[in-house]
Amino acid sequence: MTDMTERKLGVYICHCGGNISDYVNVEKVVDAVKGEPDVVTVKTNIFTCSDAAQQDMISEIQEKKLDGIVIASCSPKLHLNTFRAMAERAGLNPYQYTQVNIREQCSWAHTHSKDAATDKAIKLVRAGIARTGLSIPLSRLRVDTTPAALVIGAGVAGLRAALALSDMGISVHIVELAEQPGGMVGKWGEMFPNGKKGSEIIDSLVKKVRQRENINLFANAKIIEKSGNVGKFSVKLLVNGTDTISLIVGGIIVATGFDPYAPLSGEFGFGLYGVITLPEYEELLAQSAGSLKYNGRDIDTVTYMYCVGSREHFKEDNPHAYCSRYCCTAGVHAALRTAELRPEAHQFHLFRDMRTYGKYEVLYDEALEKGSVFLRYEESEPPEVTLEDGSLKVRVKDRLTGGEEIEIATDLVVLVTGMVPRANPELVNVLKLPVGKDGFFNEIHPKLKPVETVIDGLFISGAAQGPKTLAESVASSMAASSKVGALLLKGYIDLEPLVAKVDPDLCVWCGACEQACPYGAVQRINCDGKEIAGINPVLCKGEGACVPVCPKQAIDVEGYTNKQIESMIEALAREAA
Amino acid sequence: MTIPSSSKGSGPKILVFSTNNISDPGIDLAGSSHMDYPTSVQVIALPCSSGINPRWVLHALEAGFDGVFIAADGTDCAYLPDCTDRTASIVQKAQDLLKEHGLDPRRLKMAAICSVCSESFVSHMEKFHKALSELKT
Repeated sequence: MTDMTERKLGVYICHCGGNISDYVNVEKVVDAVKGEPDVVTVKTNIFTCSDAAQQDMISEIQEKKLDGIVIASCSPKLHLNTFRAMAERAGLNPYQYTQVNIREQCSWAHTHSKDAATDKAIKLVRAGIARTGLSIPLSRLRVDTTPAALVIGAGVAGLRAALALSDMGISVHIVELAEQPGGMVGKWGEMFPNGKKGSEIIDSLVKKVRQRENINLFANAKIIEKSGNVGKFSVKLLVNGTDTISLIVGGIIVATGFDPYAPLSGEFGFGLYGVITLPEYEELLAQSAGSLKYNGRDIDTVTYMYCVGSREHFKEDNPHAYCSRYCCTAGVHAALRTAELRPEAHQFHLFRDMRTYGKYEVLYDEALEKGSVFLRYEESEPPEVTLEDGSLKVRVKDRLTGGEEIEIATDLVVLVTGMVPRANPELVNVLKLPVGKDGFFNEIHPKLKPVETVIDGLFISGAAQGPKTLAESVASSMAASSKVGALLLKGYIDLEPLVAKVDPDLCVWCGACEQACPYGAVQRINCDGKEIAGINPVLCKGEGACVPVCPKQAIDVEGYTNKQIESMIEALAREAA
Repeated sequence: MTIPSSSKGSGPKILVFSTNNISDPGIDLAGSSHMDYPTSVQVIALPCSSGINPRWVLHALEAGFDGVFIAADGTDCAYLPDCTDRTASIVQKAQDLLKEHGLDPRRLKMAAICSVCSESFVSHMEKFHKALSELKT
């Protein structure tokens, strides 16, 4: 195999201006690795990433017919792709390139001991050489894509995503669990920032969706099966509880939204007459015109209780530790509408911290001008709500007046509830959706890959990812739809080949790898009359969960094979000099 | 903290298994912030800590390392929601393997290191370095 044949490896050590060479004796590294097996050239560059240096390396790769290169420079997070692309331009397989991190993990960490840092760099470069010597050429897997998408959830995020995809010429199937599309926003009245009614926003979106020829909307429907992979998922829907519909889609967007937090009985007086949640109050406001009444009686005083079901560091069972973000602004906005309907009403806001962030600070100012009173309570001393002789009373220790105890006689207590993840174990199970610690769906990275999941082709958007305002939810659904567009419009995708492989001689099919794989990438196959594990390289994510469970050491992940890791360990353990 | 520059590379040799997306960026950050830790610490980055073969740990100690530290993905793992449990079971298996070969299981340590956990990484390295020095004598 490859490790028996002679290799021709090139090694390039970077000065990185002085970022490396000030703390590591680069020439000493060159001398120490020159004689390593299969190494035919060792050079240094002041900046290896510069165009000139890349051009020199390309020439040398071609002249000397190198079949593997090692670049010892910065962290691979910076330039792995730069140098893979360079290798490709030189005609070298990009997976026969290894980047060795001698900056972040050597020169910058050990600025006080040049000799020791140099020794460490020598060992790291030798490990890179050992790994590269055992590398084999790999090709990315090209998969054709289907120009159709599935959007799960017909709330504001899902409807906007569907329209955006339809605009790009991608056909869309929307599946909605409820009888009617619209989600949460569809139930709401006036919303910030522009005062439009939630129900009107939804009506206009649904109308557009129904006019589009390339959008199918399935209400009272759910997804019951998913197979296949990015570019070509087969999904099965159950519609109206009886009909099954099979579809092929290239990408999936999950926009299943949130649930409002349901307070526990007795929590801030919940259960007492006149204690309601913000969504209930929103409905009351949406239905009111000209006056504001609760069960036929005028409302003279409203008390808003903030952070209900949010930032719960004190609760023992199932705490919602996160901030729900939208609720401060939503509470203040409700107070402004209250002031419009009934200007003489007294309004008290009992908060822990108030953040009507961004441009919504003006709403807070406006609420103050209209007479809202803000009182700040301590998490450890929450306000008490009681019902005495038919009248609601709230007692609060106000930190803004130095802990003065204030009693408010009120008609309504509005619990400004946060957003909680919607429990949907069936969907999580069918799609293998990653769920975060807080119970919302998890993106790969909140900043760098904000709508992508670890499952290629499966995207998340809206409040299913975490609490969001209407505008934020739509922004995230636009991001997800553009990701799906970028994925599907090209017609094909190339996947990383660093995936698991099975040695058919060693494998005896025990099924342990199939059990360990969370992606369904392992299947029992027949190989020349022998039952062994087969890996679907398109489904495999290359994380290697199958490697430690194999009793026969028959599985390797490309780029991280048993042989490669062991040879790296040996190189690192060897003395530098 | 004054450690003579000549002796920093000496002392127990530690092999760290990090993960490309979570703990390796945390270790990078320690370097970017010029936080010093023993030069005898060397890192091999892998896709995920639940893919570590227990035999690699044994191999490292037999090859001359004094200790192996698994900088695990913990709950931040994007591949596996139960990554911590899986990595813990690898640690268990590896420690059993070490015992079978007459090696002290305390030479293997695991902790979750997040992508910005530079301070925690450095403190783990210093503690482990010290613990291994004491094991030696």
